[in-house]
Amino acid sequence: MWKWLHPYANPEVTYHFTGKLMPWFSVLAATFLSIGLVWALVFAPADYQQGESFRIFYIHVPAAMFSMSIYFAMAIAAFCSLVWQFKLSDAAASAMAPVGATFTAIALITGAAWGKPMWGTWWIWDARLTSELILLFLYLGVMALHNAFEDKNVAGKAAGILTLVGSINLPIIKYSVEWWNTLHQGATVSKLGKPSMTAEMFWPFLISFLGFAFLISIIICIRFRTEILSRNSMRPWVKKLLLPPKKSVETSLLGDK
Amino acid sequence: MQFDSFSAFLNMGGYAFYVWLSYGVSALLLIILVVVSNNQNKAVIQRILVRQKREKRLRIAAQQQVEDASSVNQTEDNIKNRNDSNEVSS
Repeated sequence: MWKWLHPYANPEVTYHFTGKLMPWFSVLAATFLSIGLVWALVFAPADYQQGESFRIFYIHVPAAMFSMSIYFAMAIAAFCSLVWQFKLSDAAASAMAPVGATFTAIALITGAAWGKPMWGTWWIWDARLTSELILLFLYLGVMALHNAFEDKNVAGKAAGILTLVGSINLPIIKYSVEWWNTLHQGATVSKLGKPSMTAEMFWPFLISFLGFAFLISIIICIRFRTEILSRNSMRPWVKKLLLPPKKSVETSLLGDK
Repeated sequence: MQFDSFSAFLNMGGYAFYVWLSYGVSALLLIILVVVSNNQNKAVIQRILVRQKREKRLRIAAQQQVEDASSVNQTEDNIKNRNDSNEVSS
């Protein structure tokens, strides 16, 4: 059933596959982000309580959601790498960490900029905010471990263990607003049952959310391909891939000599 | 359209600083991430190309050395042969 996945364990196949996906992701990201964010900034209605400051929501919530889902994806990759020793999942985990860190930072900064006018403070040691800050430190730790060792296998193992231990933080972030009664409001979008948003606010949110998803896909593809190249730099397929067409004639002649 | 004029749009109902700070910082961080990722990709490709060139140079140099050595060996062999023949003749 899962056999179709097997070729993608080959770095060369995956390198070319991601290369084909990237132009599609670029078009989709540009379309969805421009429509979604213009809608969010200009056409979406202001909140009846928060006024125009509610427009921060359209960046803050997708960024916070992706900060967690990228970590989840990274934890799955780290698990596969630790259990089955897939070299590519190690490369994927290391490609995802800086992207997740950036989105965590965006969630924290936009949250602070939203908190100042609404709560009257840039920062408070609220459960949701604190656990999100810990998520940022986890990302930074994983990035540091990936870069701390000359041997990529050792680095991947160390970073993978930290990733898996740190994944205990994900449910804490998710349910912090329910477990502790603090300043940060509860879920608006992902709440089951009745949606607590009007359609006029939900559509721009969904479109910018998808736009961010495609943007993340592009960046992860770029970083993943960089990791594949640097980890397979001695392989013949990489050498052939990087040769400019004119020079390949020259070297093939040299090889014949 | 929620705003009557462009200046009303920029003013964001009095929340201009906070809204534009959020959008500005997010855009800035994402642009930095994309640029850094792209540069790293180029740097890795450049590093591999440089090493390939170096390996090619080393290969050519090694080949040259083999050729030189074989020609030196030949002359040495010639001298040796001549000596041998001299010994035989004497």
